[in-house]
Amino acid sequence: MAALINVPAKAKRGDIIEIRTLTSHIMETGFRHTVDGALVPRDIITSFTCRYNGTEIFRADLFPAIAANPYLSFFTVARESGKFEFEWIGDNGYSSTASASITVE
Amino acid sequence: MAAAALAGMIHMTTRPMTRRTAVLGITAATATLARPSVLRAQSTGRVVVVGGGFGGAACARALKRARGDLQGDLQVILIEPNAVFTSCPFSNEVIAGLRDIEAQQFDYDRLAAEGVTVIGQAVTTIEPQLRGVLTADGVALPYDRLVLSPGIDFHFDALPGYDAAAVASEKMPHAWKAGAQTLLLRRQLEAMDDGGTVAIAIPANPSRCPPAPYERASLIAHYLKTRKPRSKVLILDAKDDFPQQRLFEKAWKELYGEMIERIGLSQGGRVTSVDPATKTIVTEFGNYTPDVANVIPPQRAGHIAEIAGATDATGWCPIDPVTFESKLVKNVHVIGDACLGGGIPKSASAANAQGKACAAAIVNLLAGRTPEAPRLTGVCYNTVAPGYGFSLAGNYQPRGDIFAEVEGGATSPVDAPRELRAREAAEAERWFQTITADTFG
Repeated sequence: MAALINVPAKAKRGDIIEIRTLTSHIMETGFRHTVDGALVPRDIITSFTCRYNGTEIFRADLFPAIAANPYLSFFTVARESGKFEFEWIGDNGYSSTASASITVE
Repeated sequence: MAAAALAGMIHMTTRPMTRRTAVLGITAATATLARPSVLRAQSTGRVVVVGGGFGGAACARALKRARGDLQGDLQVILIEPNAVFTSCPFSNEVIAGLRDIEAQQFDYDRLAAEGVTVIGQAVTTIEPQLRGVLTADGVALPYDRLVLSPGIDFHFDALPGYDAAAVASEKMPHAWKAGAQTLLLRRQLEAMDDGGTVAIAIPANPSRCPPAPYERASLIAHYLKTRKPRSKVLILDAKDDFPQQRLFEKAWKELYGEMIERIGLSQGGRVTSVDPATKTIVTEFGNYTPDVANVIPPQRAGHIAEIAGATDATGWCPIDPVTFESKLVKNVHVIGDACLGGGIPKSASAANAQGKACAAAIVNLLAGRTPEAPRLTGVCYNTVAPGYGFSLAGNYQPRGDIFAEVEGGATSPVDAPRELRAREAAEAERWFQTITADTFG
């Protein structure tokens, strides 16, 4: 499943808008063992960023205690029409991106 | 003297009073009621049970039967505003047109014949300090022990757009209390055109009967497959996992192909608000406008529990699992869906078992004996189509403040021949007959 993004399609200039993201990821902690006793290697998303027309407006570092399928929601001010770009980076070269457009009137 | 004062109270309760005189009546009796309970219990005892569902009715019956264990007589009063109880178990079959609502309905004649005093009123006030309750018609009833079995109410604040007015508008039936709502949802399914979508919004736990929404989805799919085969069922779910999930999902594939679609929590399925006027369901990541919208709202303990002061910040009632006595209000016991039972699910079967265990504990307490830790069994049958059922049974014992599941539970195998599914569907029917006969006579 691709990431789920919820950005309002339209907003008034100066409005505070909520942005929601959810991405599918196992978020394996690296602390668990198999029945044979072998350590299950860590496999988590380590960083998330959101850019609004190229400018970074939100960043989060993620850690093993964060549950599978991380759901992040945050707020920003609608300044201009354009594009939000989202990026998730993690262990084992994991990388995923998504984007959403907004019209600011 | 105690008996005389109590007799006075009982006499007073036989005629209507104003609220003021009723409260005074309780106050006047307090001096007597405040005597050590053991002394009083050995001569007589009075237990008031509020709520006549699977928990309350089973408890009242069990109390009446156990009276022989006490030296004195045990008076048991059941207060329930509805003359007829409509059972939630098997009500999904009514929605799907497989059963008449009359088969779900039970009265309290048998309980009354067995000596339970049945009062058809709503309770408006509970005074734990005075050990008395007031009913809507102003009658005061003192008690030695009070049992609350109020079931659930809806936590409207937790789902913007869904409130009492939304329920009254009949646009988005919950059908999570059986009766008129059950029939409303059935009529909406019958009125829907072939090719329509039926959405079921499912809340997070704790909630009444966690597997039931999935049974409902199954039986609605059965109705649609036989009557409106181009239609579909869309489940919008605030949970990722649910009980007997592999059994349900296997059955859905086998019986209904692609007809049932489920969007779970991690696919953005949690419903955040609804708009009954436009029949819109809003999730964290999308909007849906189904033809039929069955919104099962978040829940909390029935309102009566709140009146008694027995609910905590969760909206549910913390209890001592040995006696079911409230952790917040002395001499008040809470059973059934309303209590925080830990591992024990909120089901008719659990409520019935809790009602009987609570009755046994109360008889011991009134006799001045130490209550024994109960071992409860909860059984749950799910029917996904006529002749296709599976089950889950669990045993539960007190551990700390809650019930924990102990060994001896069983669930139907995921891979099994259809004969077993047919047998379990027949067993489900027998279970219903048994538990309703056990509870209501």
